Amino acid sequence: MTVPAIELHDVTRRYDDGPPALHDTTLSVAPGEAVAILGPSGSGKSTLLNLIAGLDRPSGGTVTVDGVRVDKLNETGSARYRRAKIGMVFQFFNLLDDLTVIDNVVLPAQLSGVTRSAARLRAAELLDALGVARHAAAYPGRLSGGERQRVAVARALMNRPTLLLADEPTGALDTASGEEVKRLFNDLHADGQTIVLVTHDLPLAESCATRTIRLVDGRVVADDVRAVTTGRGR
Amino acid sequence: MSAMGRVVRSGVARRRVQTVVIALATMMAVTASVLGGSLLAASSGPFDRAFAQQHGAHLTAQFDAARTTAARLMASAGATGVIAAAGPFPTATAAPRDVAAEFDLPPMTIVGRTTPDGEVDHVSLSQGRWVNGPGQIVLSADYPVGPSPLDTDLRFPDLPGQPTLTVVGVARSVGRTADAWASPSDVAALTAPDATGGYQMLYRFAEASTAAHVERGQAAVLALVGSPALLGAQSWLTIKDASEREVALFLPFLVAFGALGLVMSVLVVGTVIAGAVGTATRRIGVLKAIGFTPVQAVRAYVAQALIPATVGIAAGVVAGNLLAIPVLADTDQLYGTTTTGVTWWIDAVVVAGALGMVALTAWAAALRAGRLRTVDAIAVGRTPRPGRGRWAARLTARLPLPRSVSLGLAHPFARPARAAAVLAAIMFGATTVTFAVGVAASLNRVQIAKDHAAADVVIDTFAPPRGTGPAPNTAPRALSADDTAKVTTAIQAQPGTAEYYRVATTQVAVAGMTGFARLDAFTGDASWGGYEMISGRWFTRPGEVTVPSTFLTATGTRIGDSVVLTDHGKAVPVRIVGEVLHPTNNLLVFADAATFAATKPNLTAASYHIRLADGVDVSEYLTGLNSALATSGFTAASEQSTGGSSTIVLLDALAALLTLMLVAVAAMGVLNMVVLDTRERVRDLGIHKALGMTPLQTIAMVIASVLVTGLAGGAIGVTAGVAVHRAVTPAMGDAAGTKLPTSVIDVYQPTMLLLLGLGGLLIAVAGAFLPAGWAARTRTAVALRTE
Ligand SMILES: Nc1ncnc2c1ncn2[C@@H]1O[C@H](COP(=O)(O)OP(=O)(O)O)[C@@H](O)[C@H]1O
Ligand SMILES: [Mg+2]
Repeated sequence: MTVPAIELHDVTRRYDDGPPALHDTTLSVAPGEAVAILGPSGSGKSTLLNLIAGLDRPSGGTVTVDGVRVDKLNETGSARYRRAKIGMVFQFFNLLDDLTVIDNVVLPAQLSGVTRSAARLRAAELLDALGVARHAAAYPGRLSGGERQRVAVARALMNRPTLLLADEPTGALDTASGEEVKRLFNDLHADGQTIVLVTHDLPLAESCATRTIRLVDGRVVADDVRAVTTGRGR
Repeated sequence: MSAMGRVVRSGVARRRVQTVVIALATMMAVTASVLGGSLLAASSGPFDRAFAQQHGAHLTAQFDAARTTAARLMASAGATGVIAAAGPFPTATAAPRDVAAEFDLPPMTIVGRTTPDGEVDHVSLSQGRWVNGPGQIVLSADYPVGPSPLDTDLRFPDLPGQPTLTVVGVARSVGRTADAWASPSDVAALTAPDATGGYQMLYRFAEASTAAHVERGQAAVLALVGSPALLGAQSWLTIKDASEREVALFLPFLVAFGALGLVMSVLVVGTVIAGAVGTATRRIGVLKAIGFTPVQAVRAYVAQALIPATVGIAAGVVAGNLLAIPVLADTDQLYGTTTTGVTWWIDAVVVAGALGMVALTAWAAALRAGRLRTVDAIAVGRTPRPGRGRWAARLTARLPLPRSVSLGLAHPFARPARAAAVLAAIMFGATTVTFAVGVAASLNRVQIAKDHAAADVVIDTFAPPRGTGPAPNTAPRALSADDTAKVTTAIQAQPGTAEYYRVATTQVAVAGMTGFARLDAFTGDASWGGYEMISGRWFTRPGEVTVPSTFLTATGTRIGDSVVLTDHGKAVPVRIVGEVLHPTNNLLVFADAATFAATKPNLTAASYHIRLADGVDVSEYLTGLNSALATSGFTAASEQSTGGSSTIVLLDALAALLTLMLVAVAAMGVLNMVVLDTRERVRDLGIHKALGMTPLQTIAMVIASVLVTGLAGGAIGVTAGVAVHRAVTPAMGDAAGTKLPTSVIDVYQPTMLLLLGLGGLLIAVAGAFLPAGWAARTRTAVALRTE
């Protein structure tokens, strides 16, 4: 059996007040899986994603990603871990407005110590592959929502992450742009990229996820593994 | 609670860092202003103020008790022109010995007074209390003993029964009417058996602004008492002149500090408040959107700034008044004045000024935000700002630097106004430090040059050992020809002697001038002895003289001119060959003793100054020389610069304290700006972190964001500091009656300037450090939720 890409064991995340945002969650994701996390607002989806990304720490339980005990990492360790293994995509793109598209994309590589010139080649390839190459020198503010999200995906893929995490990637997009992004994720999954996707967007989940996990009030209430098909919708 | 009250309260609570920074910045600024204001107040006519406060004596007269009576002296208070008089107080002159330290002190004039008050000369106590019975003595703050002489026993060994008095207080008479005060019965006991007692009378005249006025007053008094009874008299103008000359050296220095403190405070408070309110633009927009009128929104923000500022101001006033105690004690020491803490109106003006300043800037900034159309205001925080300084971001991105550093380098260009404020804060800080360091160095050099203390070993023929107190005013013990031969032989025979000279101090008259000039007559070459030349050269042969600036000014002569000195009725023509640095009010001439061989054949040396050969150990040399000198009764000691040392220590301490404070204010300004920047960039920081920026990289980025500003501010500040120093130092010299040689003005070495320039960087980094740490700890998950 291969090492799971993600393994959560009895993970709880409690904030100061109220019930825990995540409650005794145990789950395992295999490499190459595309998992969609569904659930109502406030059910703990983002919390779960942040724990996997090492942006947050569980109040209890263990988080292991690709053999790394994420919950045990210190700040520096978790930054290095994210650089090496995680690519993140957000609802509101979170691009840096004062940097050009290409500079946004090369940033993760540069933070790992790769020079700009060395990183540019891969960045250009990624932008090309994602169909936004002509905007390389533009500033993100000038791009449409769908284009921005592609740039964000390019940036997430820059360091060839083991794991792509996406938090409502289509949440801020119009239908057409949403469709673009959906196709993009399908392609990535087809290429073998392990993906964890938080979404409200049921069609998105259905088209590109091999497995759907449903959260309610911080608990996993359903975990459906579909027969692994093409991952390209039905 | 009203809606507005709630908004204000939540605003204060939510923006805790901002609130703390406002409070801290205003506190620092107010502290600096209270100190700066106090310095300025203390430095404005210090002598006149203190003299007026103490009802100082315009004339201090000393009468012979054998030639007049107390009753007659009392009646002299009625002389025309006299508006107040005090006395007669019995006086005596005697030399005490510090019993515990086994140390002879210079002779002192002791005045018998039962109270420090009176119609004239309200003496202010700075330590302890006034004498309330026999066996006690109050010392003048100007009498040279240690800083805390209380409870010291002083014995008068030359008097029958060797009376001993205990020091119970230290007091200052601005008019310098005595070295010490004791009860009248003790003064009688301190009068030597063969001496007649003396009486001191203190007079204030209706008019005393010129020497002629004082002389007229003195004549009126003597008309009643009789001239033969007068032993001596001292005009307040003499003391005023001496005091002002002395003070003139430091006054511009302290004034500059005070002014810098005020300017920096205004700058920092202004930028802190404007910045804090400016970042609230979006929230003001939201408030307006939910129904606040613009006026209400503006008022809410003014209140939000005023609450922490008021706390800061209160704390600053307390801190300022506390810090002022040691600072004003120092200035009192320097100025010879007495103060009782910060004047109330300085506190009042500073508080009112700070509150007004905070309210005004907050109001102006909030008004700007309040005037924005609501939609625009809300949009400010949401949509990306129109990208200012993107050229800088593009440029730095290409630098071969770690990305975290190059990202930070571009930050200031995105907010040029804020960067300018940071630049100004750093610049002022660097200017202050540069100026302070320079002036301290210049003053040090002046004080050292004043002492002419380049020799390694000195034999002083004055009574008490050197090094512990200034030389007393006693006449040098007359060296017999035999003594001179003995000392000279011992020095010459001692291995390790490289060269030596001896100095005798005497007086000569200067043709065309009233009074006498002091003559320092040298035997041997003294050009190496620490005589700093302003222009010309040291004399090299008999008939040449070197003089201080005062001499040239007073006699209207220049280098190269000849003057005639008269000595015992004989004219001795000399030529002036050099101007030497020696701040003094009096005429003074340095010359070869051989110049006066005819008129002063038996000059006895006051001191010998010896330079040792390279590598000779001073203490070994001293042991050898002193054993050779044992029979002569003189001792050699290592040379220490003594005269100005306490002044130097005082000035250095003051400069250090004030510099530290102004640097702290500057760093506060930087801190505030970086806090604002960090708050604004919280989302960017979150993104960076999500992309794998480590805490160290984050800190590097934030620090890098102040590097350019810090370096630029340091460079400009150092240049400005040098310029201020260039302008102020000669002014200080002028006021003190001396030109200054370039060695005193050119105190900056390139390495020193470089270090000072880096000081600006240091201020910047110090100010950025805390927020950098906060930035590194930003909760990414929270930061990214803000959208
Ligand atoms: N930083 C935080 N502090 C306090 N409560 C939080 C924080 N982040 C999330 N929560 C709470 O945890 C719960 C789950 O939040 P989240 O994971 O963001 O939900 P989702 O992404 O599913 O909408 C919510 O009730 C939310 O209010
Ligand atoms: Mg969410």
